[in-house]
Amino acid sequence: MSAEAVLPLGLRVTPQLDRWLSIAPEGHVTLSPGKVEIGQGILTALAQICADELDIAIERVRLRPADTAASPNEGVTSGSLSVSDCGLSVRLAAAQTRGLLLAEAARLLSVPQEALSVEDGAITGPGNLATSYWELADKVSLARPADPAVQPKAPGARTLTGRPVPRIDLAGKVFGTRPFIHDLDEPGMVHGRVLRPLRPGATLESLDEAALAGLDGLIALVRDGSFLGLVCESEVQAEAGLARLATAARWAGGFPLPDQHDLSPWLQGEPAEASIVDLREGAAPSPGTRRLVRRYLKPYLAHASIGPSCAIATWAEDGLRVLTHSQGIFNLRADLALVFGLPEDGIVVGHAEGAGCYGHNGADDAALDAALLARAVPGRPVRLRWSRADELARSPFGAAMAIEIAAEVGEDGRIAGWSHEIWSNGYVARPGRAGSPALLASFDLEKPFPLYISQDPPLAGGGGAQRNAVPLYDFPAWRIAKNRLLTMPLRTSSMRALGAFGNVFAIESMMDEIAHEQGEDPLAFRLRHLSDERARTVLERAAANADWGGAVAEGRGRGLAFARYKNTGAYCAVVAEIDLAAEPRATQLWIAVDVGEAINPDGVANQIEGGAVQATSWTLKEEVAFTREEVTSASWESYPILRFGEVPEVTVEIVPRLDLPPLGAGECAQGPTAAALANAVHAALGVRVRQMPITRDRIIAAME
Amino acid sequence: MEAGTRLTVNGAGLTVNAVPETMLLDVLRGELGLKAARFGCGEGLCGACRVLVDGHPVASCNTPLWSVAGRAVTTPEGLGTADAPHPVQAALIAEQAAQCGYCISGIVVSAAALLARSPDPDDAAIRAALDPNLCRCGAHNRILRAVRRAAAMRDRAA
Repeated sequence: MSAEAVLPLGLRVTPQLDRWLSIAPEGHVTLSPGKVEIGQGILTALAQICADELDIAIERVRLRPADTAASPNEGVTSGSLSVSDCGLSVRLAAAQTRGLLLAEAARLLSVPQEALSVEDGAITGPGNLATSYWELADKVSLARPADPAVQPKAPGARTLTGRPVPRIDLAGKVFGTRPFIHDLDEPGMVHGRVLRPLRPGATLESLDEAALAGLDGLIALVRDGSFLGLVCESEVQAEAGLARLATAARWAGGFPLPDQHDLSPWLQGEPAEASIVDLREGAAPSPGTRRLVRRYLKPYLAHASIGPSCAIATWAEDGLRVLTHSQGIFNLRADLALVFGLPEDGIVVGHAEGAGCYGHNGADDAALDAALLARAVPGRPVRLRWSRADELARSPFGAAMAIEIAAEVGEDGRIAGWSHEIWSNGYVARPGRAGSPALLASFDLEKPFPLYISQDPPLAGGGGAQRNAVPLYDFPAWRIAKNRLLTMPLRTSSMRALGAFGNVFAIESMMDEIAHEQGEDPLAFRLRHLSDERARTVLERAAANADWGGAVAEGRGRGLAFARYKNTGAYCAVVAEIDLAAEPRATQLWIAVDVGEAINPDGVANQIEGGAVQATSWTLKEEVAFTREEVTSASWESYPILRFGEVPEVTVEIVPRLDLPPLGAGECAQGPTAAALANAVHAALGVRVRQMPITRDRIIAAME
Repeated sequence: MEAGTRLTVNGAGLTVNAVPETMLLDVLRGELGLKAARFGCGEGLCGACRVLVDGHPVASCNTPLWSVAGRAVTTPEGLGTADAPHPVQAALIAEQAAQCGYCISGIVVSAAALLARSPDPDDAAIRAALDPNLCRCGAHNRILRAVRRAAAMRDRAA
């Protein structure tokens, strides 16, 4: 390898090998990643990589839960980057460790290293020479930096990765024996609840504390400005106390909310920061060029995790300890330090698994809530759990987006110019990114911190609202622009795929529209604007698997869409079939993906299927509901999601790319699924619905 | 004072001291330490807290303790263990049919109840039986396959 070899991101930040793994004489390897399990199966992929490089059985790999006191700081588990950042770090660290162990074995046995082989940690050499990792564990120090020149196994020599491996956490979840954070009990633990108004920004005007008189088990009523909560001996008591608080609290004011049913004018009229995302200068449009302008709308979406956010906090003499299901324990620690005015090393944040996480949900906010309650009962662990209503209505939302696309189409039917403009709140209000905290309760304290207005990182960092706004197609000219709102009555932050969901919906709807307008097959139209071979391959594979162009059942339609996630990640093409006999119902999705090297192909398939089913739910059913005064989608009745009776069949083909870098799989199916469904509606009815969710009412409205 | 509520949980008769208005889920997760049934919404709308009462799936989050006095409650722990899995549990593992797993114990309960009354359900019957259970990760198709597999396993065992 060349002298310029670069370490994977995780090792660049934390190069010391012993921060990543250790060998135990008892016969196991402890792996300590900074990325966390959020339901996506990352722990299994990391164990696979580690075991493969070390030539040990995967059962010998133990995963240490991430913790700010000991784990490498790997930022946030987000953006479909865990395999490329953390996985490749684990691969190199394990490969280097294997080399160190073999070198020591060769020295002790007085044989060349090349004469040794490893099987499940047992090292054997010529004759009866034998030792093992476990015997050598105390003789080899891993307190040394990672060496970028180390060569991991060649793709063909890998035995565990690239093959489907059962999730290491799944059986425990099926039997109910692997605890979620909600299930953990600590000695002396007490229980907290927080009361929040449904109107964002409302302040606590008055509280009739007499309402809590005689409440069994009450330990502390906590009021700090408009932050209101209580701590009780038992969870049942805390729940009863919360119900009493709800009748005793009067709220006033709050942010005026926009008109849920007419979001575009509001999005386009609010004060905003305008910026050019990307510009490609081309020749002036030639005579005969047609211009099409279309407007698309994506509503606010809720994370809608099945388990409400939860945290456990203990305020001990030596500082604050928090257990959280946050995606970013170090970033959360930074914001907790800001709120409490503590040094970061006075706070330890550990990770415990929560319910499925699809982005920046309420986990971090719940951690601050728990810490605020725990401060009132020093020395006692407080478990805080949000209500279903708060989980749906007070977690950050995925931002609503208005998108306008204008396309110039030449006489040859090729796109000659393209403009894409976005009006949206930012997509990133994660903790730990600024000098001021981004946690919900911090805005409500007696001495409040300023409301943190959601930002968009630059495209090089993945972008936010502008993610996937730049087309991957070979258009000769484009102008991509963005208007990031500077007001934020409804709090928005990162939700799976970020802006890519809305942008790909718009781009791929528009491509379909132009193709149909000129009587061209949408697949052929895309392919003649697409020179990227990997992009063409997934489109062709999805189309072939769906028998694209073949007969479609009466009352149904099929649509096609494609994107490369972030334009640098996984390629994904989707053919969707929809039935329009009643409410639109997705019947089948045929998906082809290229994720580069797939560490665990079954894990990739699970992520793609899950992402596509979730995106089907977003596209056909979901929209945060609110009046001018409060968020009203605060239960599963008012925020319905896709159910078992409505779920489409999904087939996933993974294009094998064992020799190419892994690209991540978690978010690539979202945008293409939405557009494929919209295009399927058009194929069936000849109607374009440019506003999600695509409901029967919206279809009827689009017909008129 | 109440003398306590008698009921059977996972085959064992016992007396619970909680007040009769306490929700069954709180009794299971609190006093009895059975954590596999999970809180999701508190309104009986998501299925994460489902248990069997006399063989019928119910939402334990809004079922008061008094209403199960004298009845037989089966939680996910009572359906099977790693050493002796219920066919639905074995099939879910074989199909790798979960992502986060928060909803899965409630789904085990719904599917076990279905197979107990209908050993060879068709696709529509499986979907109908699982319709009260929400899954946000999108593992539905794997779960449906697992329930079909479990039905086939029971067929072979019969």
